[in-house]
Amino acid sequence: MALVLWGLFGVDMNVWLDAFLRLQLIVIVMTVTVMALIYVERKFVGRIQMRLGPMRTGPYGTLQSVADAVKLLTKEDLRPATADFWLFELAPYVTFVPVFMTLLALPFMEDWGVRDLQLGLFYIVAVSGVTVIGYIMAGWASDNKYALLGAVRSAAQLISYEIPLILAVLAVSMVAGSLNLNDIILQQDTIPNALLQPLPFLILLTATLAELSRRPFDIPIGESEVVGGPWVEYSGIRWSIIFALTEYAGLWGMAVLGSLVFLGGWEFPFGTSGFWGDFDFLYQMALVFAKSSFLILTMMLISATFPRLRIDQLMAFCWKILLPFGFLQIVINGIVLMYLDSEVTRDIALFATSGALLVAMAYVTYLATRQPSREARVAAMVAARSIQ
Amino acid sequence: MTVAEVVFYLLALLSVIAAVGVVTVPNVVHAALFLILSLLGVAGFYILLSSEFLALVQVLIYGGAVATIILFGLMLTGGRDLPAVGPGAQWPLALLVSGALVVLLLTAVLNTTWPRDAGEMTLISINTLGSVLFREWLLPFELASLVLLVALIGAVVISSQEERES
Repeated sequence: MALVLWGLFGVDMNVWLDAFLRLQLIVIVMTVTVMALIYVERKFVGRIQMRLGPMRTGPYGTLQSVADAVKLLTKEDLRPATADFWLFELAPYVTFVPVFMTLLALPFMEDWGVRDLQLGLFYIVAVSGVTVIGYIMAGWASDNKYALLGAVRSAAQLISYEIPLILAVLAVSMVAGSLNLNDIILQQDTIPNALLQPLPFLILLTATLAELSRRPFDIPIGESEVVGGPWVEYSGIRWSIIFALTEYAGLWGMAVLGSLVFLGGWEFPFGTSGFWGDFDFLYQMALVFAKSSFLILTMMLISATFPRLRIDQLMAFCWKILLPFGFLQIVINGIVLMYLDSEVTRDIALFATSGALLVAMAYVTYLATRQPSREARVAAMVAARSIQ
Repeated sequence: MTVAEVVFYLLALLSVIAAVGVVTVPNVVHAALFLILSLLGVAGFYILLSSEFLALVQVLIYGGAVATIILFGLMLTGGRDLPAVGPGAQWPLALLVSGALVVLLLTAVLNTTWPRDAGEMTLISINTLGSVLFREWLLPFELASLVLLVALIGAVVISSQEERES
């Protein structure tokens, strides 16, 4: 094991063997993380809802994920008689592979990712967009009305929320002047991007929740509306690929991406030249772990405490609020970066404009969501009656 | 054969088979999914040619586009369980047009003098691409976006008019 790690952390090795070992490492870490995240979410949501969560399997229920995995893997893998064979069987993989591919471009530590891509940030956004094809395949192939409804909903939601996500990522890459994740991290040695660009940070968090179909954006898979959406007919191992792997690996990947791009990753408070020499990767790992855990717990908190949106609210929020403000941020960034040369004034201007936009967006959202006054509601009812 | 050649022939096989699948399978949804397979194969060619940006744009745009095509396919083929399409009455005409297109493209490819040998590759960095697109060719770029914007607004206006009438 030590030998393998040395190879991964710099010693020369055959290219193919190196790539293979890196992939294996990612697969193992991903599986363990996914099982841990399932346990954490059940415990965390349980605490919020004033109950204990899993308690019986192992001490404090820590073996619950293992038990669930054994149950799911040994469960019968059902397929409806009228389902489209190939699309039904392939859909879970089409959903999962893009999520796994996003993990390959993430630099988890300094100089350590599977691949350091020059266009890493763009790659992650582009590849994760393919997931929607898997949703539609599953929904259509299941030959079930709820599944098809869920697929259509997820197509609308995922394609819509991809645009604010791209805008947020674009705004940050403008500030960094690069699409390479390592470059973006290295520039945050004193100020993380979340401070310079608070609005894109918020847009990214919101759009991530929507892209992962988590509450309050779980309209495509809402149990009380479409009974699980595209996945209603899936069971056993296929369901666990979709649910466990795709959902939680996606959550993990997006949280790590957020912590790298907006919270400074392994660079922010201490800088690259650490104090432990060869063992710098330990504190870098701890930093990325702490930051991504913070983001994951924030998203779980939002998921556990907000009610599900209606579909028209969801679309209006994306197209009428997130999108215009994302565009405004990009235009303002362009002007600021073009005309302000000094780094200090530039940073202050970026913070001030993005913060002002954030406040404006919050105010517009407040105006759009507040209850209309009693007089207005009465007037609307009177008008509706007079039409009849 | 080098590794790149093996990858090229595998990708070519994938794209061609998928492209034939698009026009031969009777089911609209299957055809649309074959289309994304073919387009992803083309993205693979771009990566082989070291044009990562083009490849990523291909994946990003066509992922969403094919999803939309499937939705249109489902909506326009009525309420049947299996939306199917077959050759219509105009197939001789379509054959003529596509045959003419093949001849045109083949003559164009064969008569062009390519600026470089096949072994060489021009590497265009993303920074060069950005400055060329947004400095030298800004006006055509803005014009293209304006045309798209007009089309978008037109679609919204037309559909909202129909809604109001019904």
